[in-house]
Amino acid sequence: MTAQVITVTSGKGGVGKTTAVANLATALAMDGKRVVCIDGDIGLRNLDVVMGLENRIVYDIVDVIEGRCKLKQAMIRDKHYPEMYLIPAAQTRDKNAVSPSDMVRICKDLRPDSDFIIIDSPAGIERGFRNAIAAADRVLVVTNPEVSAVRDADRVVGILEAEEKGNPLLILNRLNPAMVKNNEMLSAEDVLDLLGIQLVGIVPEDENVIIGSNRGAPVVNDAKSRAGQAFRNIAKRLQGQEVPFMDFAQQGGLWGAIQRLTGRK
Amino acid sequence: MMNFFKRKSSASSAKERLQLVLVHDRTDLTPAQLESLKDDLLKAISQYIDIDPEAVQIGLERDGRSQRLVADIPLRSASHHRAG
Repeated sequence: MTAQVITVTSGKGGVGKTTAVANLATALAMDGKRVVCIDGDIGLRNLDVVMGLENRIVYDIVDVIEGRCKLKQAMIRDKHYPEMYLIPAAQTRDKNAVSPSDMVRICKDLRPDSDFIIIDSPAGIERGFRNAIAAADRVLVVTNPEVSAVRDADRVVGILEAEEKGNPLLILNRLNPAMVKNNEMLSAEDVLDLLGIQLVGIVPEDENVIIGSNRGAPVVNDAKSRAGQAFRNIAKRLQGQEVPFMDFAQQGGLWGAIQRLTGRK
Repeated sequence: MMNFFKRKSSASSAKERLQLVLVHDRTDLTPAQLESLKDDLLKAISQYIDIDPEAVQIGLERDGRSQRLVADIPLRSASHHRAG
């Protein structure tokens, strides 16, 4: 069996790509999958700290590409899940040190011994983004329910269409159900209608996400966290399982019930 | 309390504004270019048939991920034209 290569991208920075990669990878590893994460953000490495692996880096992806080490030597094993690895980005180099064909080659070498390869794309639509999508079998677009993030996500979806990268899947991150209820935040339905792509998960705003990244322990490890639950559900969907979407309207009590009855969003 | 007096919720402003922005982003057509496209279109059509420029509606519409240019161009009836 060969791995599925999944690239996580967004256009806009700061919407939660790296958090999504760390959490989805961890959730897949919790399900017993062999996972390799690749930090595609050359020069602005971050996946290592979010995963709590920053002290273990010896070699990075540019060392692999330039032949200073073997691929295996740049793969950092996770502290808790022995079948999960990180290939860190280079911190002192620029994005031109990697080409799309380098990414394709690295993923090809990783495929036979993994189930999932998850690539963290940098923000933007330039070289680093092109590298990140080059080897992708499937692209996840992360956005927030905000005008700037949705607009940039739409640009990225347009480029993915032009590049014939298949149908991207949407992760709507940092949804605040209370604000949606008060009509002061775009709802999941609004964002889906605007972007016109398929949804793979809605992640509610949850302070446990920041607590998790403070500790270098992704929030999926927290059984009680709503965001953690949302990421665990997305990981199941990526494995082809049907998982119902979490119902945030239920938190809305009576008003939520009325809205559901009247078919309003 | 201020919220009470606002005409529209911020979520619906966000959605309406994004609908417009995305259509222009996707087509790479500015509102000004769309206006000049409309003018040219009306001029071209007027050479062949009599239309009522005031009643014409031309705009971009979204259908999932695809865009279409939709024009509703009422014709002045030929009999009316001859009588006039």
